Amino acid sequence: MNVQPFLDISLAALVIGVALFTIIAKDEFSAVVAYVAYGIFLAIVWVRLYAPDVALTEAAVGGGVTGVLLVMAGKRLDVSATMVVAKKPSVAFSAFVAACSILLAGSLAAVILSLPDAAPSLAPQAAAAAQGPGAGLGNPITAVLMSYRSFDTMLEKVVLILAVVGVWSVGADEAWGAAPAPFGPATPSDALLFLAKTLPPIGGLIGVHIFWTGADEPGGAFQGGALLAAMWMVAMMARLADPPPINSRWLRLALISGPAVFLAIGVAGAMLAGHFFAYPSALAKPLILFIETFMLLSIAVALPMLVAGPAARKGVR
Amino acid sequence: MSLAIDAFTIICVAAGVFFYVAGTIGLIRFPDSLSRLHALTKADNLGLGLVALGLLPRASNFPDAFKIIMIWVLVLLSGASAAQMIGRALRRGRR
Repeated sequence: MNVQPFLDISLAALVIGVALFTIIAKDEFSAVVAYVAYGIFLAIVWVRLYAPDVALTEAAVGGGVTGVLLVMAGKRLDVSATMVVAKKPSVAFSAFVAACSILLAGSLAAVILSLPDAAPSLAPQAAAAAQGPGAGLGNPITAVLMSYRSFDTMLEKVVLILAVVGVWSVGADEAWGAAPAPFGPATPSDALLFLAKTLPPIGGLIGVHIFWTGADEPGGAFQGGALLAAMWMVAMMARLADPPPINSRWLRLALISGPAVFLAIGVAGAMLAGHFFAYPSALAKPLILFIETFMLLSIAVALPMLVAGPAARKGVR
Repeated sequence: MSLAIDAFTIICVAAGVFFYVAGTIGLIRFPDSLSRLHALTKADNLGLGLVALGLLPRASNFPDAFKIIMIWVLVLLSGASAAQMIGRALRRGRR
């Protein structure tokens, strides 16, 4: 008897169960914890679908970074909740929101169910393109990301930077240019301090390894960058490092370096290799790795800056 | 030889699964957070350690075996630190 289908069905049921719990959880902290668990289960689903690249991203971003982001947001909401009188939404409003959500989920489901049997796919073209301009890369995912749909990949990083700009812009006027509030209390516990001193060297190495190995095996700049970001955040939570001032030059340069280098090489490709974002085939692999190095840096800086929030006035936490 | 390796893997992974089940039962049944934490660390440390030990002979080369060991070590590190932090937070809350 093959137990695999039963395991898969249990896993799917578990994902749906945790998703439901995330929605109906009474307090926001339980909802966030459930959401992190949901991300981890989803990563296992991606492994079962033979998509280890997506699984790595989901585990690092869906399970890790988003969880921290939500916990920090929840902490800020708690602070502001004491100032504003919390008003429970009326039953009619809740019903309206539920109806909208069901309508959205229902129409998405209807669209997916009404797809023709052989769903339209760009996979063959992408695979062919990965053979050509992305040649030299053993990991077809990276080849597609960096060569077939390179413009999209570049714009994704621009979105990340726009998000950071958005976070920064909600800060108070007089705090502009200052550093975001520190992550934790001034005297962190010994356990956290120990973790923050032991983990980053190992995690940093693994992050760079995941990025480097992404050329030929599952991995890549986003997964590696998320790990590096996590290591920086652990150091900031233990107060070994405080968030840098948002007007510091190196911070801003690091933020934009990924898309900037990508764009510069893309423009150079228009002149040297015939069209926008084309690579000379002999140099494709080193060029892609060069771009990805700066993408790694951008991601590793942008994610912690999203978590750190806007600049804070002195003395305000 | 391969029979011995199979037997080793089965025994170790089964023992690991036992600790996971025991830890999960403890997590559900124990009365307070500190005891639940105690149950959880048994699952993480011993359960995962035994599963990793059982999988070691299956690694095709040394780097793979090293990665399996590192996964266990990293879970030990983060699990122990997180347990300490939660324990401290609990003690602060009780005072």
